[in-house]
Amino acid sequence: MSKVYVSYNNIISSLGFDSVSVAKEVIQGKSGLKQIADASIMPEPFMSSLIDDEVLSAAFNNTSEKKYTKLEQMFIASLQDTFSQSNIALTDRVGLIISTTKGNIDALDDANDFPKECAYLDVLAKNVTNYFGFKTEPIVLSNACVSGVLAVAVAKRYIKSNMFDQVFIVAGDLVTEFILSGFNSFQALSSEICKPYDKNRIGINIGEVAVSALVTKNEANLSDDAVEILGEASCNDANHISGPSRTGEGLYRSIKSALNQANLTSEDIDYISAHGTATMYNDEMEAIALNRLGLEHTPVNSLKGYFGHTLGASGLLETIIGMQALKQNKLIKTLGFAEMGVTQPINIIEETTEKPLNTFLKTASGFGGCNTAVIFKKVK
Amino acid sequence: MENQFKISSYCHVKQNKISLNGKVLFSVKPEESTFLKQAYKALNVNYSKFFKMDKLSQLAFLAADVLFQYENISEENQENIALVMGNKASSLDTDRKHQDSIQDKTSYYPSPAVFVYTLPNIMLGEISIKYKLYSENSFFVFENFKTNYFYNYAQSLIVDNKADKILCGWVNVDDEDYEAFLYLVTPNGDLQHTEQQINTLYNELWTL
Repeated sequence: MSKVYVSYNNIISSLGFDSVSVAKEVIQGKSGLKQIADASIMPEPFMSSLIDDEVLSAAFNNTSEKKYTKLEQMFIASLQDTFSQSNIALTDRVGLIISTTKGNIDALDDANDFPKECAYLDVLAKNVTNYFGFKTEPIVLSNACVSGVLAVAVAKRYIKSNMFDQVFIVAGDLVTEFILSGFNSFQALSSEICKPYDKNRIGINIGEVAVSALVTKNEANLSDDAVEILGEASCNDANHISGPSRTGEGLYRSIKSALNQANLTSEDIDYISAHGTATMYNDEMEAIALNRLGLEHTPVNSLKGYFGHTLGASGLLETIIGMQALKQNKLIKTLGFAEMGVTQPINIIEETTEKPLNTFLKTASGFGGCNTAVIFKKVK
Repeated sequence: MENQFKISSYCHVKQNKISLNGKVLFSVKPEESTFLKQAYKALNVNYSKFFKMDKLSQLAFLAADVLFQYENISEENQENIALVMGNKASSLDTDRKHQDSIQDKTSYYPSPAVFVYTLPNIMLGEISIKYKLYSENSFFVFENFKTNYFYNYAQSLIVDNKADKILCGWVNVDDEDYEAFLYLVTPNGDLQHTEQQINTLYNELWTL
């Protein structure tokens, strides 16, 4: 069976508009989060990383008559970069997966200029598909906060089932009043920069990015930071729709199944890019699951302190940063972490350091009890 | 690769009717609005969390329950059954309710009990909790039912040994409109797991 890789990619974020520049900022320890005062999104000031509308418009450079929503502009700008780097023709063997939890949800707001129909995810997907001229029907994946990394697994599965040779993934969600009011009703938002796994953590920040990547079985013409997808799995907690399992059951099973598929053991993983939302329950659950797998000594980070939780994009965003970490042999610190705040020991990366790296594990967990784990290996 | 998997049972819900393997199990008059709750009682579902769910989760849950009762699938066995579902309207039915709760700044009442249902994969979580399914969950959104995407994804889960059985299908709620079509892919059954067969079964939804 042929191998499947994650290759060319892009990140559109408050830290820059391409993966290399964004990774550079992250490695230097810079956060894209800052305090925002925008009463149209939230009555009180909030901590977030937002994409500047004007910078985005300039990057997107729309020359057509058609008007695109902010999220569509983000998706198109990101995919445009990945697409031109990849340099492949769009045939019926090239798929498109759009990963998002809420899409153009801001279109439901009476104050929004776009028609309410824009809130249908298939309408959003069609706009992106038509812009590039994809020959195949777009696949929208909406699986809460695991969507971004699950999209990698789904792309691999469609390639393995011989539907496609290559799949473009684009992932993103907006910071909207819809989202913030909801997380705020759960009292989950932190007014400060979030502190994953830290004793004094008080909750999450929500941020926005659009990210994209090419998933391909073509070994020729891979990007410098390309990784092979060794194993992947997604298991439900079967426990609660809005809280993670106290035993980390779904995450434990996801990682175990991904390791089995990859024919690896816990010792073979060089580092873990975890979910680390900086909520009490999530971080604790992850620490328990990692301990159950003997992964407590493996260096682990959460990147939420750099971007916030970027919802349907986070898993792919963190996969791309992980690819850069492998390429540059850098363990990236968990920004915001100072003092151990989970009951089970885990090896949090506290300073960004050099280390030879070959494999990494990306995990994510989300509402609905879903968990996903994917294991990647450096190609070059 | 030869496809040895089958479709062992299927369920349709539309027009205030629920059918199992093509035979109507329960129906009420089209104008009655409490159809899902009446069906819950008539079908002996007996799961009080049902009443906390939004309409989309209730619909998916009922259709899954009909199939699992018929197949004698119970939580004790903790079977490895993957859930692969999709629709057109995502969770828009509940999204609109959450939006209504924040639209007027002088009457602002966002609720976590509503907000949690603004994700379409929550229905997969509800089914997983009831039946103790620690298994693969994937939720897709398409303009309409895309047989090839469901078929090929299910096949890949089978080939990779990710699941022993797969509950697949379409569950959509959009204002007053709703429809559900679920089918169980298993090693044993009377119907072939082929795109043509899935299409035939899906189309029965419109003649229910």
